[in-house]
This record gives sequence, C-alpha cells and structure tokens, in this order.
Amino acid sequence: MNTVQNFEIFAPKLVDRKEYFSAGHRACQGCGEVLALRLLLKGLGDDVVVANATGCMEIVSSAYPQTAWLNPYIHVAFENAAAVGSGVEAGLKALRRKKKIADRDVKTIAIAGDGGTADIGLQALSGAMERGHDMIFFCLDNEAYMNTGIQRSSATPFMAATTTSPAGIAIPGQRTGKKNVPEIMVAHKVPYVATACPSYPIDLINKVKKAKAVKGPAYIHIFSMCPTGWRCASEITIKLGRLVVETGVFPLYEVENGKYRLTMEVPEKLRPVGDYLKPQGRFRHLKPSDIETIQERVNREWEILLNKVECMQPW
Amino acid sequence: MGKRIGMEVGIAAAEAVALCNIDVAAVYPITPQSHIAEHMADIIHDGRIDAEFITVESEHSSISACAGASATGARVYTATSSQGLMLMHEILPIVSAMRLPVVMGNANRAVSGPLNIWNDHGDIMPQRDSGWICLFTENGQEVIDLSIMAFKIAEDPEVMLPCVVNIDGFQLTHMIEPLEFPTQAQVNKFLPDRKPYATLHPDNPVTMGCFNMPDIFTETMKAKDTALWNSKKTIVKVFSEWGKQFGRKYNVVETYKAKDAETLILTMGSMGETASIAVDEMRKAGRKVGLVKLRLWRPFPVEELRAAIKGAKTLIVMDRAISFGGAGGPVATEIKSFLFHDKGRPRIVDFLMGLGGRDVTVEDFIAMVERAKKKKDETYEYYGVRE
Repeated sequence: MNTVQNFEIFAPKLVDRKEYFSAGHRACQGCGEVLALRLLLKGLGDDVVVANATGCMEIVSSAYPQTAWLNPYIHVAFENAAAVGSGVEAGLKALRRKKKIADRDVKTIAIAGDGGTADIGLQALSGAMERGHDMIFFCLDNEAYMNTGIQRSSATPFMAATTTSPAGIAIPGQRTGKKNVPEIMVAHKVPYVATACPSYPIDLINKVKKAKAVKGPAYIHIFSMCPTGWRCASEITIKLGRLVVETGVFPLYEVENGKYRLTMEVPEKLRPVGDYLKPQGRFRHLKPSDIETIQERVNREWEILLNKVECMQPW
Repeated sequence: MGKRIGMEVGIAAAEAVALCNIDVAAVYPITPQSHIAEHMADIIHDGRIDAEFITVESEHSSISACAGASATGARVYTATSSQGLMLMHEILPIVSAMRLPVVMGNANRAVSGPLNIWNDHGDIMPQRDSGWICLFTENGQEVIDLSIMAFKIAEDPEVMLPCVVNIDGFQLTHMIEPLEFPTQAQVNKFLPDRKPYATLHPDNPVTMGCFNMPDIFTETMKAKDTALWNSKKTIVKVFSEWGKQFGRKYNVVETYKAKDAETLILTMGSMGETASIAVDEMRKAGRKVGLVKLRLWRPFPVEELRAAIKGAKTLIVMDRAISFGGAGGPVATEIKSFLFHDKGRPRIVDFLMGLGGRDVTVEDFIAMVERAKKKKDETYEYYGVRE
C-alpha cells in the first residue's frame, strides 16, 4: 500500500523537463534557494508572471543586460513584492475582462526571501493576502539576510550565529525563535498554506501545483539551504534539507482551508536535532546543554503541530 | 461653453479620472486626499467604470501596486498627500526609471512634524529629484483638465514617465467650484487607449527591473534625465491639443499682466488666483506689478520662464516649502541657479510663506511687494512670522 501511496515520490519523470530559470545565473555553489526557485517554476509552467523582491535571487539572476528568467518578470524593490504582485494581478484581471489581453488564466506570483517576507515585507504580504488577490506568495527562507552578508532576520533560528547575532561571550547568537509566518498566513484565512523544502522536490512541485489551482491567495514557505550563510560544505545542501525535516526542525505540512495535514512520513521518534545542527558552522558554538534546549523547543513545536493536525477543522 | 456644475474639486478630480477609462486604481486614504479616494471607490463600486480598485494597506503599497499594474499595460491612477507621498518616496524614482506611466493626484499638505494636515508644498518638494513629471493646478477646472492631460502625457511613447498633478490640499481639494466637464466621447477622442512598449505577459516574456552595475548605471541615469527633459515637447503639444479641442489654453509658464511689469510675483498652485487680485489692486494704484505662475515644475521650463520675466527688475518668489539650513525655498533656489549667468536678470526675493495652511491674502501679497522693495540682498526671508 505504501508503494502506491508514495508512487509520485518515485516518479521524478513526471516533472516538467522544461527549465524556466536558465543556467548561467550567479548563485553560490550548493545554493538551496535557487534550487527551490527552479523547482517552483517547474511547478508553475508558462502562464505565470513573477514579481520578485530584492535579494539573492534577484541579484544572481538579473544583472543588466542579462536575465535568467524565462517567465515574465518584474523587480521593483525589497519590501514590496506582494504589493507589486497585487498590482500585476489587478492589471491582468482588468485587462483580460476588458479584452485587451488574451482571455486565459495567468497566475501572478510574488517571491521574497525571509527578510522580504517576515520582516520588511510583512505588511505588504499581509495586505495582499487579506485583500484576496489571486496570487501565490513564495517565501524562500534561508534564515538570514544572506544577500547583505548574513545578518539576522526574524526567521533566523534560536541561537544561530549571524553577523548581527554573533556567537558572543555574553550573547551566544540569535536570542529569539523563528517567526512562524505560515501560521500568520493561516490566521489570514489564506485558503492554501504550505511548507516545502527542495530536498523533497516532488512534494514541493505538488504543493506549487495545488497552490496554482487555488482561485485566490496562497502561501508557500520554502526552506532554502544556504551553505554560504550557514558556514557549511556546499555538497551537504540536500542532506541538510532532509535532516531539517527528519529532526522536525522544519516539518513539511499543508493547510487547506484551515485543515492541517503533514506531508512527510511521520516518524515514531524524531531524529535528534544535533544531527542537523552539527554540520553547520552557525551552530558550532552550541554547548551540549544548548542543543538540549533546542531539542526541547523543537519537541514542543512538533507537538503543537501534531495537535493542530489532529484538532483543527476546516473553516 | 458647456454646462457648468457646482462640485467639490476633490470629487471632480475622481470624476475626471473616471472619464479616462482607467484599468486600475490603488489608493490609500489620507487627509486631504480622502475625498478623491472615497469618490473613486464610489465610481468603481457603482460600476460606472470597469476598473480594479485596490484598497492597499499603505501608500508604499499603492505606488508599488501601481508599478506592477502599469507594467502589465494597464492605465493606472493613485492619489495621495503629505506623509503618504513621503512613504512612497522610495518607490517614486523606481517607477520613473522603469519608465512606467502612472498618474498621481497629490493633495499638497505640510509634512510632519509637528503634524499639520493643511496646505503647503513641503510634501512634493522632497520628491523633486524622483524623475516624475510634476504639474501644479490653480483651480478646479485645471484639476479636471490636467488630470486628463496627465494620462496622455505620461503614456506618450516619447515620454513613458509617471506624472504627478499637484492639487493644493483644502484650499483646492475641498472647494466647491463651478466646473465644466468634457463628455465621455470628447475624452475618448482626446485620449486614445494606452499602447505600452512592453508588458508583463507570458505571450511575450520580458524581464523588468534589472539591476545595474557601475559600468551602466550612469548611462541609465542620463537616459532618464534626457527622457524627462524631452517630455516637455510632449507636454506643450498635449496642452495645445487640449486648447484646440476644448478652448482652454494651457502653458507651462502662465503670466498675468507681466509684459511691462517691473515687479513680478511668482507662484505655484492655488495661490495664483489670489495673487492676480493683488496684481489688479496694485495696477489700479499705478504700480507696474505682474504675475508669473509655474504650471510645470519638472522638467523645469527654463526658456519659458526667461521669456516671462524679461525686463522685470524684481522677481518675488513665493516658496511654500523650506530647505532647512539651505539656500532658501526650493523654487527660488532653482530659479537663482538657472539665472545665475543671465545679464540683467531681475533681483530675486525669496519669501517662505503660506506654510501649513496659513492663508496668504491679497493684503499679504501687497505687503510682500512692499517688503521686497526695501530688501537689499537676495537671502530668503520668512513672511508673516509672529516673533
């Protein structure tokens, strides 16, 4: 039975062979974010318009006069991807209704990093989702301001060292936990909210397709491994993405009309968080007791999520 | 002349925009722009025009949404004021650099702090270097006419730049005036559908908003500057087309009894009407006083200004904004800079007045002309301050 259920996991041939983000972009070796981008664009196909925020994915892809984008693309500023996307969506809608452009569905998507989503872009995102634009917002979360040189954001995990939350003697890294943006999106009654990770490509693409089918707003939060910013070897990118899920640090789930569902295999027992933390330089200052603290926090969050999966009813 | 009706100018601004077959309006409310926002909502919610109305959560998002919508090829409008315009500040130069036509009504209001909701030009002046075409209106009829003309100017393939129509807050936005509207058929004839150069659509994918390395940034900036300067040709052309179709003639610099004047008052916006009454009074008393009104602020109409002030001995500039710790009001500073080398140029007297809604009356203009006579140098001076 399991084989049938997981058929799609073993069927990568179903993935669109066409590339929408061209080779030759300037992303770092082992970049998980650009992989996420490549996969999500495969999930979307041709009929899409992209509004991108300032950040790594913008800088690596669009140095004038070159572009890595094969889809129609606009970049305006850092904090306003959701607002620009709102305008694109409204423009396309009005022009289609008034028969000034082709009469077919074109999906608007907005993309931002964790800073452009959880920090400086949160207001624009909240506004766009609340207004109910037919738009998917993707947060490509690499857990800090990587483009400006690894400064902390509100999506940086507890105790991680960044250049503005360094592992000092008095203060050992980030003092706060990660802001839960998917939860904020659920609170907006966004019809489809999901988390994803490029180490699980079929799951990621399927979620994108699901989001695309929604008539209205959707939000996908994609964990995006960053060897450069996390001070780790570039060849372990995919492994880290697996470990973050298997340890329960970043669980994969989706929320359809308020109903939670885990989209990962639920283990009897989560892998110890140390397995995920230890390969990363940003956590190298952690003492065994710190890892224990993090383990407790992860366990608690995992329980809360399982409770939601069990108890939350669709609205 | 067509039928004139009494209407509040803010509402008339929205009615004028409604005649322009806009596709998207993204507006965030702020006093004294709010009547424009409310009436725009009424028009769209009543189905009088077929457009998307985006009730954004901030002005930063309204201008961002306008950029996105304009990039799809839509005709877009927004309106704001003061703090809202300041919040848009970051995005304004991006819209012009991306050559995205957007028309914005700005209900001019003082900038905080302290908070003050009343009229001056402190909000638009910090946006001076944003690369937008910047027009000023003197009365309600001009608000209607220029709001319509703004679309034609902004969307012209030779221009493709955003355009802001300044409407003095309260002094103009909240006045009820006798106004004449063109008919829908007349506007359709005057303002054809937008023909965008490139749009965001999968049928012809383009990348908009690439970043520039140092080897090309200067060239991009020069191209934008050139485009803004070149827009004057189209502005003059559109003014003239309007004059031909509707009989109301517009110039980038307007004059009133200026020809033989020894002393000229220079205003922008709604003050012009009061100033013209002051000129009449002084003329009656045998004084050679005239009036020059800047309708266009960016691109700066320097040749037209030179022609308008030819022969005058004193030019009194009424500045409704301050450059703190600087050379004076932005308008006088600009004019001094342009005329620096001109032989026989008038002495330029710079008054900072009419700030934060302080009325400037006919008597005030006469008093400033008197004061200018006595003033020896060209330093700026506050008028009417209670010491």
